[in-house]
Amino acid sequence: MDFLSAHQPELLPGNRQLPPTQGVIEAPHGTTIVAVTFPGGVVLAGDRRATMGNVIAQRDIEKVFPADEYSAVGIAGTAGLAVEMVKLFQLELEHFEKVEGAQLSLEGKANRLSTMIRSNLGMAMQGLAVVPLFAGYDVDRGKGRIFSYDVTGGRSEEHNYAATGSGSIFARGAMKKLFREDLTEDQATMLVVQALYDAADDDSATGGPDVARRIYPIVTVITEDGFRRITEDESSDIARSVLERRLEQPDGPRAALL
Amino acid sequence: MSTPFYVSPQQAMADRAEYARKGIARGRSLVVLQYSDGIVFVGENPSRALHKFSEIYDRIGFAAAGKYNEYENLRIGGVRYADLRGYTYDRDDVTARGLANVYAQTLGTIFSSAGEKPYEVELVVAEVGETPDGDQIYRLPHDGSIVDEHGSVAVGGNAEQISSYLDQRHQDGMTLAEALKLAVQALSRDTNGTQREIPAERLEVAVLDRTRPQSRKFRRIVGPQLSRLLAGGGADLSKDDSDSEEE
Repeated sequence: MDFLSAHQPELLPGNRQLPPTQGVIEAPHGTTIVAVTFPGGVVLAGDRRATMGNVIAQRDIEKVFPADEYSAVGIAGTAGLAVEMVKLFQLELEHFEKVEGAQLSLEGKANRLSTMIRSNLGMAMQGLAVVPLFAGYDVDRGKGRIFSYDVTGGRSEEHNYAATGSGSIFARGAMKKLFREDLTEDQATMLVVQALYDAADDDSATGGPDVARRIYPIVTVITEDGFRRITEDESSDIARSVLERRLEQPDGPRAALL
Repeated sequence: MSTPFYVSPQQAMADRAEYARKGIARGRSLVVLQYSDGIVFVGENPSRALHKFSEIYDRIGFAAAGKYNEYENLRIGGVRYADLRGYTYDRDDVTARGLANVYAQTLGTIFSSAGEKPYEVELVVAEVGETPDGDQIYRLPHDGSIVDEHGSVAVGGNAEQISSYLDQRHQDGMTLAEALKLAVQALSRDTNGTQREIPAERLEVAVLDRTRPQSRKFRRIVGPQLSRLLAGGGADLSKDDSDSEEE
């Protein structure tokens, strides 16, 4: 953001001087984000837990945000920095759209996010990393796409499914076994909730569906019609049906052996 | 050494105002009207690339008559101001009044500084409220004054005639189609009172629609949707929401 860096550089995350610190700073961390594509779009979802060391810092944190009309970003890592990064990212996309009268390409948006993560490298080396997952509908190509990042801002496009955060290994395993090329939108939303359940099952920092407090994963769908966050009721229906099946089969749906 | 001619301040200002007014009068007029669900911007614009109307922020729209490069400059300044405000504080803290003040300061400074030529632009800044009572429309003439308008406003070459035509006919609670038709009628009246036809493809239309579910209320009305509104009236706005925007 050229204008911002010229006029109010103190508002940009990369320009802050960090005081020298000893050890790791304790701050709430967000955990698992998953995404899966289906013909016609992409689904991006996240659990609701933020942890600080061994403590659950927040049960109902929101980690998936719309970036603009056709893309969304889910964040894992230091919650405070990540939320700020998303806010700046949203601002930048909107600003570009208004000034230029046209939207950035999906690649352009993904590259911009990459630069923003890189500017946070100093913080990341002190344990305050932000690792988002970016998903969007590519209007030019007519399909959903997913981009994942590493802590240095390295960007790679993922095909079919992707996950980030502490529970991502387990979520990715689940998605690998459940993914098919011909998923419908409803099946794709079911798939991400299953994957998040598996992540929560094996990773203590990832929260499962909390029926008692009515806290369910945030699931967003991006298609040709734009960004849509599925309602609390829909989300609770999916989570409850997953939960019900798991009462009989705790490890979830079984894939064929051969 | 020759002595410079003495020009009285009154005369200097009058000359500058005359210069700006003439520049603005060369451009085509545009009108901004309140209707039941928001605010509509209508203007004659043969270019599809150079817009007269634009989004500034969630609820705030911008319209300008006059010299393109000058108002484009102001528009981008306005977008920057609004985005910076919204990012530093909150989206709710960006208001049309604040923006109009910034524009007034800018225009006023340029108008009265001897080194620069005055801007040949006239702006309208409009903000749509939750209810029609909350709507705000500000008109900013070339000299940096602010006029708080209600119902309808016209700027540009033929502004006085058009706004008196609109004042007589505009009512509160008009539908979008009614307001649009009235606006087109007003714009197509020539100075000598004769009517001419403005085809739909030469019209630029945008709305600030308070019923839009998104926080950004600004939307351009183009193509089939515009023709439908001009022809029949009762076109359902929400239907073509997705394909008409972000053009």
